[in-house]
Amino acid sequence: MDVKLIAGLEIHVQLATKSKLFCGCKVGFEDPPNSNVCPVCLGLPGVLPLMNKKAYEYAVRTALALNCQMARFTKWDRKSYYYPDLPKNYQISQYDLPLSHDGYMEIPLEDGTTKKVRIIRAHLEEDAGKNLHEGLDHSRIDLNRTGTPLLEIVTEPDLNSPVECRILAQELQKLVQFLGVSEANMQKGHMRFEPNINLQIIDDDGREYRTPICEVKNLNSFRALERAVAYEEWRQLEEWKHDHDFTLEKMGKQNRGWNDARNETIFQREKEEAHDYRYFPEPDLVPVELDDDWLEKIKAALCELPLAMKQRFIQDYELNDYDAGVLTADRATAEFFDGAVKAGGSAKRAANLVTQFGLKTAHERNCRVNELGVTVEQVAQLAQLVEEGAVSSSAAITIFEKMLTDESDPKAIAEKHNLIQQSDAGALEAIVDEVIAANLQAAEEVKSGGKKAKKARGFLMGQVMQKTKGQANPKIAGELLDGKLKE
Amino acid sequence: MENLTFQQISAEILKKSLKSVELTQHIFGRIDKLESKIGAFISLFRERALAKAVDIDRRLAEGAPVGPLAGIPVAIKDNMCTGFGATTCASRILGKFSSPYNAHVVDQLEDADAVIIGKTNMDEFAMGSSCENSALQTTVNPWDINRVPGGSSGGSAAAVAAGLCYAALGSDTGGSIRLPASFCGVVGLKPTYGRVSRYGLVAYGSSLDQIGPISRDVYGAAALLNVIAGHDRRDSTSVDESTAPVKDYVKNLDHPVENLKIGVAQEFFDVEGLDPEVEKAVREALQTYEDMGVALIEVSLPYMKYAIAAYYLIATAEASSNLARYDGVHYGHRTSRPKDYIDVYSSSRAEGFGDEVKRRIMLGTYALSAGYYDAYYLKALKVRNLIRRDFEQAFEKVDCLMCPTAPETAFKLGEKTDDPLKMYLSDIYTIAVNLAGVPGISIPCGLSSGNLPIGLQIITPAFSEAKLLRIARMFEKETEHHLSKPFC
Repeated sequence: MDVKLIAGLEIHVQLATKSKLFCGCKVGFEDPPNSNVCPVCLGLPGVLPLMNKKAYEYAVRTALALNCQMARFTKWDRKSYYYPDLPKNYQISQYDLPLSHDGYMEIPLEDGTTKKVRIIRAHLEEDAGKNLHEGLDHSRIDLNRTGTPLLEIVTEPDLNSPVECRILAQELQKLVQFLGVSEANMQKGHMRFEPNINLQIIDDDGREYRTPICEVKNLNSFRALERAVAYEEWRQLEEWKHDHDFTLEKMGKQNRGWNDARNETIFQREKEEAHDYRYFPEPDLVPVELDDDWLEKIKAALCELPLAMKQRFIQDYELNDYDAGVLTADRATAEFFDGAVKAGGSAKRAANLVTQFGLKTAHERNCRVNELGVTVEQVAQLAQLVEEGAVSSSAAITIFEKMLTDESDPKAIAEKHNLIQQSDAGALEAIVDEVIAANLQAAEEVKSGGKKAKKARGFLMGQVMQKTKGQANPKIAGELLDGKLKE
Repeated sequence: MENLTFQQISAEILKKSLKSVELTQHIFGRIDKLESKIGAFISLFRERALAKAVDIDRRLAEGAPVGPLAGIPVAIKDNMCTGFGATTCASRILGKFSSPYNAHVVDQLEDADAVIIGKTNMDEFAMGSSCENSALQTTVNPWDINRVPGGSSGGSAAAVAAGLCYAALGSDTGGSIRLPASFCGVVGLKPTYGRVSRYGLVAYGSSLDQIGPISRDVYGAAALLNVIAGHDRRDSTSVDESTAPVKDYVKNLDHPVENLKIGVAQEFFDVEGLDPEVEKAVREALQTYEDMGVALIEVSLPYMKYAIAAYYLIATAEASSNLARYDGVHYGHRTSRPKDYIDVYSSSRAEGFGDEVKRRIMLGTYALSAGYYDAYYLKALKVRNLIRRDFEQAFEKVDCLMCPTAPETAFKLGEKTDDPLKMYLSDIYTIAVNLAGVPGISIPCGLSSGNLPIGLQIITPAFSEAKLLRIARMFEKETEHHLSKPFC
């Protein structure tokens, strides 16, 4: 028996515009309920929507990064359904002419390869408000969220494991953060996922079955996404094992919800019962025409994408996969590091400085690496000092720390604080001789090459370091020591 | 005072020979006398209007600047939002809804220093041709109180005809300004779609709705259009002035259009149910133009006969969506004891909407439903394009088209309320104009043997309101139909 998971994702990303999609209200859900509202987003009689051009540009920017075909002419449509958090009882969305279609996204897999996941479409729509169910007899409605711009991205069912689903979601988060179009803060619900999942099963007789496609609604964390897909993978196989009529042809599609506490999906409704949304063109908005000038302007705002940057760091800078990943986790870090290398710093050393000290400090200070007050040039020079052996790796961290408050170049800081490494072989040789003379037993242990040799050598190196107040270049000192103890 | 024209009244006020307060009091005096019979107003703003009039008189006395409509009492159809008073759309579902904001046109009238005296009755949500679909009250025709004023802007037309205001705003989705203007013997202009901002106009059929003036004469319509026309960024469908600049519609109003060519289509006179008296009056009007040396040219609009069918799909589809927001959840009427939240919707709407509104919501919902969309809504959009092309082709040959505004004069109250299809046919001449998006005006062109007004409709290409008004004015100067008044 051969079982293959087939999954596609529908992802809603909240765009980081200052104002809502069709009115001037501030986007801000933290504010007191119903404080960021106006007649337009309240859907009062007589109001008309006005398109937020910035939201459109953000959407186009993202679609370009997803290698989508851009529609030069798009329109808006009304999607009708009744719900208390939707004051107009229709949502302005895009139906048959989305602003972009047919793209793809490359995602890195755990085995080090990448996979192309096709994107069906990406379009803009407005978010609904929020129902607050407070008691048995009433609910309250907060319309602060109403009209917030959402980018809906729909993939082809190209994902074949729960991990792939999670990776795509995480890569997308990174992408939109890189592009500066969304904060993509999961805690704030800036990204929501709806996976469509079924199984292709080929039994031992070579018969092929397809289980019913299930759409799990409204997942708002990577963990929930991965687990919901994994649960469905398990559940659908179990159901099929139990009854081979559990197939798409016989059962159709269904919507399911996710119970995070119980770690399982719950049946909501058959898709046949699904709403007829009665889409039709929104008569209150004019179609959008994306002309060359506008498109060029948006293209100019595009940056190098995180995966491409990561691969460049691995290829050109010879970083390992892990470091390259950490450095491209956000755009500020990636550009800061890249800037330091381009300013002449050794890539490996700069990577160590940024990952070991820069990111940690930035995290403590709740800021980004580029906001620490240290310039890329300083980091580049510091990386070079380490590379040349002028300062040790640990001294470099100390210098980095001093640079947070000291604008001098790192060499000056190193000198001021006596952090320049002793690399003069002549001077070091005398100290090495001195240490050997004072610790003959240890020297003998090293020479004999026995069990204790390694430990004894470490002890001797420690003595050299102590005598030089840690300023001995460990590489040179080590070579000297090894040379002397070989005799 | 009611014998003075809009232009004369305006001049008197500016000359300070007539105080706006006196005029406003005079108007309220007439309202006190006649409104109980006519039923034109849903709300009146007596104190507010007088305060405004006092302010205008004071500014005039001080020599301070005043707006172009200074001191003139005007009325507004009750589907335009006002930040003062209620906005009802003549529906129960809005309850005592009070809008927190003014419609764009209301701001424009206020800035122009017009004196807004009240809001007028209408068919519920502007759906109707007789004003009888108002859930709140009955408005009668000032020419015969047993007859309808026409709809849906019946209150505005009746108020102007009865001298209860000097001009009013109406809205026109399929003829709702022109038809009541025709029935009440006044001038009614539907501007080009996009000429006037719809911001604050409670939507019925968004791609068709347009606000326009109703007045005693063409000058009044031009003066009001001057104030309300123009781009408003809050309405994306209002046209940018770099594309279609707003003209001063009053400035050259008295200049006849030279080498005018009027298009007349045989289709206009083949309409079943066209009252011979209406046809006669319209033919006489055409003769009047011919006597002025104007050329009449035969044109054809072969697709016009499909206009009503297309309209009742497009307008109702949009309406079904536009009216979805009246659900008892956020504002307006809510059912008293809902069983559950679905019942809040269904019962509130069942109680709040009248029959015609429900009929149109159901029709539109059906037209947009999966499996029917292509056959109905999409087909209707195609017909709409063909109708638009009919007009474009006609306008390659002629400056304007002329036809009756309605196939008959005002009918009796209750005569058509049981037969919606018959009622819909009242708009047979006006609906195509909305579908094509072009401007149309109805001007009085005679009285029937029963002393009921007959309207002449003139239609011109998009954004040529200046020309349209001048063509209408040419007729007015040659005839005295616009001076006829109801007896009340």
